[in-house]
This record gives sequence, C-alpha cells and structure tokens, in this order.
Amino acid sequence: MMDLVNLFIKAVFVENLALTFFLGMCTFLAVSKKIGTALGLGIAVVVVQSLTIPINNLIYQFLIRDGALAWAGLSEMSLDFLGLITYISVIAAVVQVLEMFLDRYVPSLYNSLGIFLPLITVNCAILGGCLFMVERDYNFSESVTYGVGSGVGWALAIVAMAGVREKLKYSDIPEGLQGLGVTFITAGLMALGFMAFSGIQL
Amino acid sequence: MSYQHKKIMFDPIVDNNPVILQVLGICSALAVTSKLSTTITMCIALTVVTAFSNAAISLVRNHIPSSIRIIVQMTIISSLVIVTDQFIKAYAFSISKDLSVFVGLIITNCIVMGRAEAYAMKHPPLPSFLDGLGNGLGYSALLLVVGIIRELLGSGSLFGYPILPLDRDGGWYVPNGLLLLPPSAFFLIGMIIWVVRSWKPAQVEQPEYQIYHAPRPEVAS
Repeated sequence: MMDLVNLFIKAVFVENLALTFFLGMCTFLAVSKKIGTALGLGIAVVVVQSLTIPINNLIYQFLIRDGALAWAGLSEMSLDFLGLITYISVIAAVVQVLEMFLDRYVPSLYNSLGIFLPLITVNCAILGGCLFMVERDYNFSESVTYGVGSGVGWALAIVAMAGVREKLKYSDIPEGLQGLGVTFITAGLMALGFMAFSGIQL
Repeated sequence: MSYQHKKIMFDPIVDNNPVILQVLGICSALAVTSKLSTTITMCIALTVVTAFSNAAISLVRNHIPSSIRIIVQMTIISSLVIVTDQFIKAYAFSISKDLSVFVGLIITNCIVMGRAEAYAMKHPPLPSFLDGLGNGLGYSALLLVVGIIRELLGSGSLFGYPILPLDRDGGWYVPNGLLLLPPSAFFLIGMIIWVVRSWKPAQVEQPEYQIYHAPRPEVAS
C-alpha cells in the first residue's frame, strides 16, 4: 500500500508530466489564460488519464506484450509494434465515449468541458503517460495510481500557470517578449521550482 | 522548382515558424535538446513523418468523411511513426533509448496534426508534401539552435566531441550546468522568440492591457 502512495506522490510532484517531462505543452501554453478554463481542462485530463492508462495497461498485459498471447496458444508471437497505434486508438475511443456519456448523463459538466474534450485526444500528456506506463512495466494497481497521479499533477501545473498568467498580463513587458515569450520564461521558472522536488527519495 | 513551391517550403523556417509563431510541437522541442545527436534524430524523424503524412492525407483528402477525419489522420500518422520508431530502434538503438517515449509522441505532436488539418486537407499532394517538409525544417532549425547552445555551453562538446576544453580536464571552460537541466530550454526558446520578434516586428503580439503613462505634472515655475 505504501508503495502506491509513494508512486502517487512521485507522479504528482517529482515526475510532474507538464513541468519535468514537458508533455502536453501545447495545450499548457494555449489554454492557460484563465483559471476557470484551466481548471476545466485539468479535470478533463484527470478523468481521461485515469481511464486510459489502466485500460491500456490491461491491453498491454494481455494482448500486446512479448509472449502475452500465451493464453491463446500463441506464445511465440509479439505484437509490440502495434503498441503505438493501439494506445492512440484507445485514447480516441475513450474520449469519444466519455463525451457521449457526459452529454447524456451529466449535461452541465459536458457543457462546461465542451471544446476541451476532443482536444484531449491530441494532448501528448495522455499518450506520454501510457508510454511511460509501458516503459516502466507497471502492474494494474500501479497503473491506476499512476494514471490518477499524473493527471492530478498536470492539472495542478496548468492551474498554477493560469494563476500566474492572470497577474502577468498587467505587467510591463518588453515588446518582443509580449505574449508567448514571457509565457515560456514563466514556465521555465515554474519548472525550476518543481525541480526542488527532484531530490526527494520515496 | 517554381517560386511558389520555394515559398511554401521556406516560409515556415523564419517567417511562419511552427514552434515560435504557431505554438505547435513544443513538448519535444524542450525535452530532446540536451544532446545534439538526439536532437538531430528527432528533427529528421519529425520532418519525414510530417512530409509523408501530409502527402498521404492529401492524396485521400477527397474520400475522407469529415466526421471521422481525425481518426483517419491519426491512423495514417501513427503508421508512419511506427515505421520511423522501428527504423530508429534497428539502426540507432542507443539514441532510441535516449529519446525514450518521444519518438512515439510524434503522433501527438501538434505540428503533424496541425499541418494535416490546416493544409493537407485542402491542397494537392505536391504542395502538401513541401509544406510538411518546410514545417519540419522550421521545427528542426529551432531545435538545432537550442541543441547547439545547450550542448556547447552545457557540456563543452558537440556530438560528444569536446570543443571547449573543460575546467575539470585542465582546460579553461567551466560548464554551465543549468543548460543541461530541462528548464533551460524554456529560457532559451523565450530568448529566441525575443530575438526573432525584434528582427521581425510584425510577429509581436499586442498586449492585452496597455499601461497608462500618466502625464508628468507640470512643475510650477
């Protein structure tokens, strides 16, 4: 149990997807102008991340992995090379299903998340999380923890960034740095801050 | 090659750079640039994937129903990425270990999707191919600049060959360790944006709030 708690803390702070691996940067920079929208997107990412990583974990364990097809009598076969295309299809499918589900049962949440849901398919934080799960060979319970943790970490980073940017727009910035330039430098400073966690051994 | 084709291909390098102006494909630009060898592999991989996916999508553009176009594009792109990934694993295994998940992440690199959606869906194959090539080159140009600065000043070498004699080996150069850490890429790209926008003022964004300069009170004489 302690292992899982440690993994969770590690996924949120030490190995924050946005600020130590720079995944999901495009959305991170584009949708962090207001705290409200950033929070909405953050929640959507947490939900999708905690669904797709465990699902992909199951598919990896029982279908794709080297020798995983032993239960079907095909222990020689390895479908490794189909990994990428499978993960991305699972992500696209989960996002689509989630969209329909929310539309039918939780319309208020659907309306507030609206445009962000389809965007998540191409958010590299999701695919990145799946690939890290495969690379580090997590088992099912670890993959659930990692999914939730990395989603929460990403959401935390984008909300913090939006908070900084809401204040930043009132400041006096050199012309060439206006907008994107200063956003990059802010993100760099935040990443330096998150590096303070990197020495922590759990 | 006609003038127009040249324009399609070379415009994205400075005038319409995918990373610093269109804000596409930033994730990998930051994560793979600490060594020049990984940077170059990534640049070549992305340029090849963008160019061929643009060409392939443009070939089938009139047959894709618009409701499922994202999935069709994803399938084409991920097939190309799988080929690239297997190729790098076969011929440059140590570099593929260094790049870890980032080759796979070309699938969700917004440059590929963005150009497919914005350009290849509306134009014939040859211009689309050149547009993909051009945007790949624009991305590569930025990555190479960042990669050269980070490896040269961060560890005093290029491609692993020592260029600046290091302090600890009896030379004069004290390496700047910050440049090997990931956040430095943010600062470098921020600075590059500043330089490019000072050179091409048309790219400067308008501030959301103007700072009001209060008139200086007249000094009673």
